[in-house]
Amino acid sequence: MTVREFAALQNLQVLVEGDLSREIGGGYCGDLLSWVMSRAQSDDCWFTVMGNVNAVAVSVLADCACIVLCENAALDEDAKTKAREQGVNVLTSEENAYTLAVSLGKAL
Amino acid sequence: MSLIELHYDVPGDDFTRAGEASGSVKAQLKKLGFDPGVIRNVVIALYEGEINMVIHAGGGEIDVSIDPDQIRMVLRDHGPGIPDVALAMQEGYSTAPDNVRALGFGAGMGLPNIKKYTDEMRIDTEIGVGTTMYLRVDVKN
Ligand SMILES: Nc1ncnc2c1ncn2[C@@H]1O[C@H](COP(=O)(O)OP(=O)(O)OP(=O)(O)O)[C@@H](O)[C@H]1O
Ligand SMILES: [Mg+2]
Repeated sequence: MTVREFAALQNLQVLVEGDLSREIGGGYCGDLLSWVMSRAQSDDCWFTVMGNVNAVAVSVLADCACIVLCENAALDEDAKTKAREQGVNVLTSEENAYTLAVSLGKAL
Repeated sequence: MSLIELHYDVPGDDFTRAGEASGSVKAQLKKLGFDPGVIRNVVIALYEGEINMVIHAGGGEIDVSIDPDQIRMVLRDHGPGIPDVALAMQEGYSTAPDNVRALGFGAGMGLPNIKKYTDEMRIDTEIGVGTTMYLRVDVKN
């Protein structure tokens, strides 16, 4: 399933469009960056409430397929800029991480 | 002399730039065709070290030497030093202040991650003088 397909399925709003045709390989939920950094896998859809510039850096380095900001968590202005520069998909939803991860798990 | 040597200055307290050195090294290793697993190990270790410099030591310098069989990294800062390295190496130990925790740091997983993803990790530290970390990731065939 691509990021675009998952966005359509869960009615996610795209905040920053990188490559929406990227395939999602799995999912990871977490907000502690050094935890995510070493545990998230390449192509994971990362569910978090951490919408800052460091989250974008972690997403790039861990090679996540996209960041999904749960429960309408905000994306900082400099994080948005960095995500654009780096081509990181950032989406948002009013749902919580559990609901979104369950939905992704069923869809994959 | 190594195949490629890279040098980075890491500014202190600039969270917007933290991760630039790791990102640049990642791009270089990719271009050179290193195994994705090796790149991942290097990048995780380097990012954690880079962030620690920014949060705990007011910035520093990074030198990376890339050879076909190993990648070596030296991270040097002139911060406060680490009083008890064994304690700092424990999972969950962190002195990160609240404002930094609010950004998602402070899990106390940085140094343990570095240990886990490198083949050699050595810390030289002196109170009031600074900390130098020597890291090596081997390329196994
Ligand atoms: N370069 C450094 N200079 C001074 N103290 C350091 C340095 N690096 C680490 N420390 C100390 O070691 C502790 C543990 O570091 P570690 O990277 O494991 O966790 P953290 O940075 O606090 O949190 P996390 O990395 O999970 O976001 C830090 O809280 C800090 O007290
Ligand atoms: Mg750390």
